[in-house]
Amino acid sequence: MKEQRQHNPPAWAQRFIAWYCKPGLVEDLIGDLNEYFERNVRTIGPRRAKLIYVIDALKFFRSYTVRKPILVNFFINRIMIGSYIKTSSRNLMRNKLFSSINIIGLAISMSVGLLLIAFVLDLRSYDRFNKNGKRIYRITNVATFKGEQGGRYATTSVKTGRLIREKIKGIEEVAILRNNFSGDAQVGDNILPIKGFWAEPSLFRIFTFPMLEGNPATALKDPYSIVLTETAARKLFGSQDALGRMIRLDTLNYQVTGVMKDVPFFSHISFEALVSLSTAEQLKRNDKNFEKWTNMWSNLVYLLPSENADMASIQSQLNAIAKEENLAEKDTRIQLGLLPLYNIVVGENLRQSEGGPGSLGPHMPPVVLWILGGLAFVVILSACFNYTNLSIARAMRRLKEIGLRKAIGAGKSQIWQQFLAEAVMISLIALLLSFFLFLVLRPQLINLAPEMQRTVKLELSPAMIVSFIVFSVTVGVIAGFMPAIFFSKVSAINALRNVLPVKAFKHVTLRRALVVIQYTATLIFITTTAVGYVQYKNILAFDLGFNTQNILNIYMQGNKPDVLLNELGGMPQVTALSRSFIVTGVGNYWGGNMKYKDSHDSALVMTNHIDENYLPLHGYKLVAGGNFISRPATAEAVSEVIVNEQVVKRFNIGSNKPRKAIGEQIILNGRKMTIVGVMQDFHYGKIDNLIGPVAFTFWTPGEGAIINAKIQSDDMPATIASIESEWKKIDPIHPFKAEFYDQAIEDAYNEFSTMIKIIGFLSLLAISIASMGLFGMVVFTTETRLKEISIRKVMGASFGNLVYLLGRNFLVLLSISAFIALPVTYLFFENVVLINFPYHTPVKAAELFAGLLAVLVIAIIMIGSQTMKAAGSNPVEVLKSE
Amino acid sequence: MKGSNLGEFEELVLLTIAALMNEAYSVAICDELSRHTDRSVKLGVVHAVLNRLEEKGLVKSQLGEATKTRGGKRKRFYELTMPGKTALIRAKSMRDQLWNMIPSLIWKNL
Repeated sequence: MKEQRQHNPPAWAQRFIAWYCKPGLVEDLIGDLNEYFERNVRTIGPRRAKLIYVIDALKFFRSYTVRKPILVNFFINRIMIGSYIKTSSRNLMRNKLFSSINIIGLAISMSVGLLLIAFVLDLRSYDRFNKNGKRIYRITNVATFKGEQGGRYATTSVKTGRLIREKIKGIEEVAILRNNFSGDAQVGDNILPIKGFWAEPSLFRIFTFPMLEGNPATALKDPYSIVLTETAARKLFGSQDALGRMIRLDTLNYQVTGVMKDVPFFSHISFEALVSLSTAEQLKRNDKNFEKWTNMWSNLVYLLPSENADMASIQSQLNAIAKEENLAEKDTRIQLGLLPLYNIVVGENLRQSEGGPGSLGPHMPPVVLWILGGLAFVVILSACFNYTNLSIARAMRRLKEIGLRKAIGAGKSQIWQQFLAEAVMISLIALLLSFFLFLVLRPQLINLAPEMQRTVKLELSPAMIVSFIVFSVTVGVIAGFMPAIFFSKVSAINALRNVLPVKAFKHVTLRRALVVIQYTATLIFITTTAVGYVQYKNILAFDLGFNTQNILNIYMQGNKPDVLLNELGGMPQVTALSRSFIVTGVGNYWGGNMKYKDSHDSALVMTNHIDENYLPLHGYKLVAGGNFISRPATAEAVSEVIVNEQVVKRFNIGSNKPRKAIGEQIILNGRKMTIVGVMQDFHYGKIDNLIGPVAFTFWTPGEGAIINAKIQSDDMPATIASIESEWKKIDPIHPFKAEFYDQAIEDAYNEFSTMIKIIGFLSLLAISIASMGLFGMVVFTTETRLKEISIRKVMGASFGNLVYLLGRNFLVLLSISAFIALPVTYLFFENVVLINFPYHTPVKAAELFAGLLAVLVIAIIMIGSQTMKAAGSNPVEVLKSE
Repeated sequence: MKGSNLGEFEELVLLTIAALMNEAYSVAICDELSRHTDRSVKLGVVHAVLNRLEEKGLVKSQLGEATKTRGGKRKRFYELTMPGKTALIRAKSMRDQLWNMIPSLIWKNL
């Protein structure tokens, strides 16, 4: 038989035993296990022998074998900690440049981390004021219409709430909260627009909303009762007592039955007033839809299961209810889900119907938090790399110290503890600095977007401070990890001879790799910013198919537009006027159901109601037919429609020829209409949507209106002010609400600009950190090679030669980074981001290279300045000291 | 106190140490015990017992010479101390006394 290969027991298991075992027992124990291992290799083969070895290694972890906890060791070393702090601070002071690069870099990057921590902590504090918060759930409707894949909605039907109350066991309270109660509250001459919910008395038993006056158990019981928040009550009644008083809301009188404390900022629902749900029931007495299972657009249902309730059983009871109710429906399937209260603000995206975004409170999908966290992590890591790089590069300076420590008995663990402690110390100093940065940046972040102001406060709290400190220590450990390992491995002899072991040269590759990673990340950041910015500008300048310049959209807020229209018509600055129902192209949609000859073939078309001046004012292009001919005064009389080419194509009207479509009849929302015009396709939705079928019908005075005023003025603010004063005459209560079309488009893409600002800011940080790191490295290399340079100079090397010699390596690293970063960014945009925008412009080389150029210029300036300084030094000065 | 009495397994281990003379180290003890008792004796158990016996002062140990086997690790050899020996003798005499009390009639039908 052939000689068997030598098998060794797993080294890590041996190390594990050596780690936990008492020193007196360890040798004998490992020996025994080895003997068994050799025996097992022979009898049952090496693989099982190894397994048994590992199992035995774990089995011997017993009370009598385990040494005293390592923590005890640490306390024995506490005298050494003083020494570590002393040497570390001396080292900091001696190398001011490197210390400040490290500290500033860490501070800048950590400030991003601090902002993110504060942000997350704020989001996580939502709804925590509720005493029963952990137990509260909200019903999520999962609705499928006509087989179309269903969406998840935050809202549900009144009926759901009722059924849960009647049928489900194991529930303490149920509360229905109905959306969108609003009106102008009137007390004497005092008028205040007020917003809130329709609610049930059980709401106060589920949520912790303390009542100041009135009885929470009965306040929302009777119809026409209203509970005001403290602030709303003060605004309406001043210092007078509000309880029991009457409020006139539009045409109805309500009695104030309670005054409650203001809703806390960190609540996902917020309101100024609550009106009893029984009021809504009375008002909707004759509305058959109100109680319908499928009327799920404006009610929130909250549950408070009894303590120790079995949620699985409640869910199955909900399923049973849904199953039973769905039987009666033909096209609609609704499932009921439970969403824990704490997952509402930071949780999945839920759809909501009209009422606009934000009406259901702030929301942040966890994905966004992860992305932001990832970006911040990259920036912080970059600063950590600086620390690692500079520490290892400067290892020579510390070797004597390490050698001495080792010679007088310091173990590996003590050396790495020392270097970790040093890194943590630096990061704690950086924390101080970054805390000031945090205070400076905080208002910037909050003011970045209006949603931000509504969502977070970023106020300091003890938990926040503790998280900051934990965070900073973690950063210190990450930064100091590699240097600590590196230094602890140096042998005492090598260290005292001031020779780095051969292994250290491996770290040159490591350092280069770190620089490449750092610059790749930086370049990705900056090119993303550049490309994103150009794309964003392109979106804003995008030709929507109609003209939006200098058009002011004035929201009538329920007033009749005629008076204002007359006044505006008299103003010389207003060149044209029209009326419309909604503003398109900014993400507003108003759908309708259209049919042509085939009564089974219907399609969703987007609509707007406009007057005869709308098309010319906005410069819509007609490909066939003309403007509206009749001027109907009621919605019932509307009989004409102007469609876009997509409609003609969709229904193949007049065999897809716009000219032949004129005069054809279609059915829109169940009413017969004649096509009088065909418009060229334009963007009704945002430009991330494909162009779909659109139909315009005539605006009638019965509906809400927006006045579109084309303005030609040299002094816009003054013109706006005079329009506003006209508004005041018509409606003294509601503030003037108007926006330029271009501004509205900009607002519609506001999330992009926020995103670009954030990434831009991060890329600024990334550049400065990477540049500082590079600077440190260049300073270090030129310093250490000063003698070499001098000798080369004496031998006749030219200035240019030397600069090339010193800078070459760095430029190679930078170009590697560029080769990685630019394609990555390009592919990222082309394949991930821009495929969501069917009408985007392609990414151009100019944007890609602009970022690279900026980074290169900074790098070259830094490398150049240092190498030139070195190359220009006088060899005599350098070489005379040995 | 529990320490003054020997458990059954402790007694067996002590006897094996005595029997093995100069070759009494953990693996050998373990093998020997397995052979004589017809059951597989786990190293971990023997180890724990040896440790306990040493704590009680019934055995003492010292490390032997390093050899090529065992990955160069030294063996720990055990031998009985005086208290160990007396404990064994006490245990045996106690049993003998009891044995002597049994009338031989009982074993007749065996």
